[in-house]
Amino acid sequence: MSHPSTYVPGSAFERFLDKRLPIIRMGADFMDFPTPKNLNYWYTFGGILSLFLVIQIATGVVLAMHYTPHVDFAFWSVEHIMRDVNYGDLLRYTHSNGASMFFVAVYLHMFRGLYYGSFKEPREVLWILGVVIFVLMMATAFMGYVLPWGQMSYWGATVITSLFSAIPVVGDSIKTLLWGGFSVDNPTLNRFFALHFLLPFAIAGMVVLHIWALHVPGNTNPTGVEIKSKKDTIPFHPYYTVKDGFAIILFLIMFAVFVFYMPNVLGHADNYIEANAMVTPAHIVPEWYFLPFYAMLRAVTFDIFFIDAKLGGVLVMFGSILLLFILPWLDRSKVRSMRYRPAAKIFFLFFVADAIWLGWLGGKPAEQPYIWQAQIATAYYFIYFLIILPLLSIMETPKELPKSISEAVLAKKKKQVEQASAAQPAE
Amino acid sequence: MMMKKPLIIKLALSLLLPVSLLAMPAALAAGGGTKKVKDIEWSFEGPFGEYDKAAVQRGFQVYKQVCASCHSLKFVAFRHLGQEGGPFYVKKCPTGFPDNIDCSDPMQNPAVKAIAAEYEITDGPDDTGDMFKRPGIPADYFPSPYPNDKIAIMANGVVPPDLSLMAKARSGGPDYIYSLLTGYEEVADFVQLDPGVYYNPYFPGDLSSSIKPEFLDEEGHLKDGLHVPLGGVLKMKAPLMDNMIEYADESIPATVDQYARDVAEFLMWTAEPRLESRKETGLIVLIYLIIFGGIVYASYRQLWSKVD
Repeated sequence: MSHPSTYVPGSAFERFLDKRLPIIRMGADFMDFPTPKNLNYWYTFGGILSLFLVIQIATGVVLAMHYTPHVDFAFWSVEHIMRDVNYGDLLRYTHSNGASMFFVAVYLHMFRGLYYGSFKEPREVLWILGVVIFVLMMATAFMGYVLPWGQMSYWGATVITSLFSAIPVVGDSIKTLLWGGFSVDNPTLNRFFALHFLLPFAIAGMVVLHIWALHVPGNTNPTGVEIKSKKDTIPFHPYYTVKDGFAIILFLIMFAVFVFYMPNVLGHADNYIEANAMVTPAHIVPEWYFLPFYAMLRAVTFDIFFIDAKLGGVLVMFGSILLLFILPWLDRSKVRSMRYRPAAKIFFLFFVADAIWLGWLGGKPAEQPYIWQAQIATAYYFIYFLIILPLLSIMETPKELPKSISEAVLAKKKKQVEQASAAQPAE
Repeated sequence: MMMKKPLIIKLALSLLLPVSLLAMPAALAAGGGTKKVKDIEWSFEGPFGEYDKAAVQRGFQVYKQVCASCHSLKFVAFRHLGQEGGPFYVKKCPTGFPDNIDCSDPMQNPAVKAIAAEYEITDGPDDTGDMFKRPGIPADYFPSPYPNDKIAIMANGVVPPDLSLMAKARSGGPDYIYSLLTGYEEVADFVQLDPGVYYNPYFPGDLSSSIKPEFLDEEGHLKDGLHVPLGGVLKMKAPLMDNMIEYADESIPATVDQYARDVAEFLMWTAEPRLESRKETGLIVLIYLIIFGGIVYASYRQLWSKVD
């Protein structure tokens, strides 16, 4: 880690271990890590996400003990979990709603990064690792949704895996490989189960790298000004363990309301119907967290030169995610935080609204007027990253930055005191 | 004081204009669809809602006497009826039972054993390799009315859907079940239905291809002022009639409305048998989290008051 270690081994055993495997030193340095003192609640989602990865793995491992990955028994075994396994209903609802909460937190975490410019030099690798985690999460969630083998599981799997056949030359081979045959069937379910069990551990590994890459340059902060002196920082523990802890509890309260009082609200009724290859649901929709990308996939309804509409949609959908990898080189503004970028802030708010709009459109049937709306929303998504952010880097005049984090914190406190005294009625 | 905004901010704000125009026509989607389900007040709704056990028992009677002749209930076992939260669960045996019987155990619950024994279960093969029939025991699952899908299709034209999860497998849940069962009506006279299908405004479908030709203009549109009725057709005719079931409790009205309510409540229980224990746990979890959150918030304020 990048800050000088302050750990002093206290006992003979600690001195022994410190020379051989300085694991206690690592933990101590981790807790001591100098952190900017002005992090707001938008910076608590990293901790929340770590907790949800643990929740998903813990509930998932137990669910896997009772689940049967076979087309004849998968749906049945899920009902067995719901009805006969001790606390099985809570395990399953925690796991299914936990996936949703995971995405709520990851989207807020990413918006935080976009707004405060957390992806900028010297944190490009940190950001890229985060995008890798996001991609792995999406793959894991998609395959997990297939496992209950309901109607949406089956038809969602059919629609999404069929997308790969749009890739020229190798597309059909990829699709056959994913399916393990010539349609979504038992081999598909089996490999999806194996991968759904494996990928979370890959995510955990990437999270370790992500946190490592965080601890080299250290946290950003809402001002975007780097740490200048020791006065700008406080140790991670106890200051941020308690602040993150409070945010985690608030988030868990929201989570508990879903799990215990409306566990099926975020799901789709059709997934309580067992998969049936002979009956296609009226509207095939993915889980809510994929809806913005689903809207972009369906927005391309026209051929572009030699690219047909299907391949175009696939390129747009995957492109919307791949774009995030090069974001640090698209937004070249030296000012990190959009607090000091008045124009970028407005375009960013439109981007957030655009993402929500795309999500809403993704849940609508593929017909007018939703298609042209999705086309406009998709266009803005790409224009924001490919044109607006690069142009703003050159054109925008940022506001004056504070000289240091401490100065910004003091100025804010002073302002609060002034406002408080101004609010006092004159005698 | 007027602030002069830089050009780039004006450009950014001008994005608002097309967006506000877009929002307006969005609500005008295509027709079709179904009638909005009736919103019933159920005893199991809300954070403290519980099943009305008497209603679930009556609903079970409706299922057994009416629905079960075509619809299976394959994820439900007889023992589930006697589990905590189930309609025939009892904490203690009624007086007169021997001490060694624990009626809170669904396998020993006399009501559950009696219900199971009314069913004939195919078991086997026995030592000579033959299948045989025996009376049901609490561990058995509700037997399906048809031995296979082919026979079900021959008898009904379609496979009647399993009802175990019906209250979660349709949007609207128990409200939908109630609305469908009470919602059968005569279809408008300009619609021509095929024989063997029945109109219901709550059932998803599209009647636009069933309009009698004399009500269509040259372009195939419905004539002036007429609208395609909401909903669609299904192969199940209205299954409930007034006075068709005799409830033991004579104070309960013997009406289609009451039967539909009761069977919807029963099917909500079959879909979500652990609803009560789930909500009970949730209350404890929430109380714990709120107190814990308060303590953590207090320590956060105290600790951070020293940070300048």
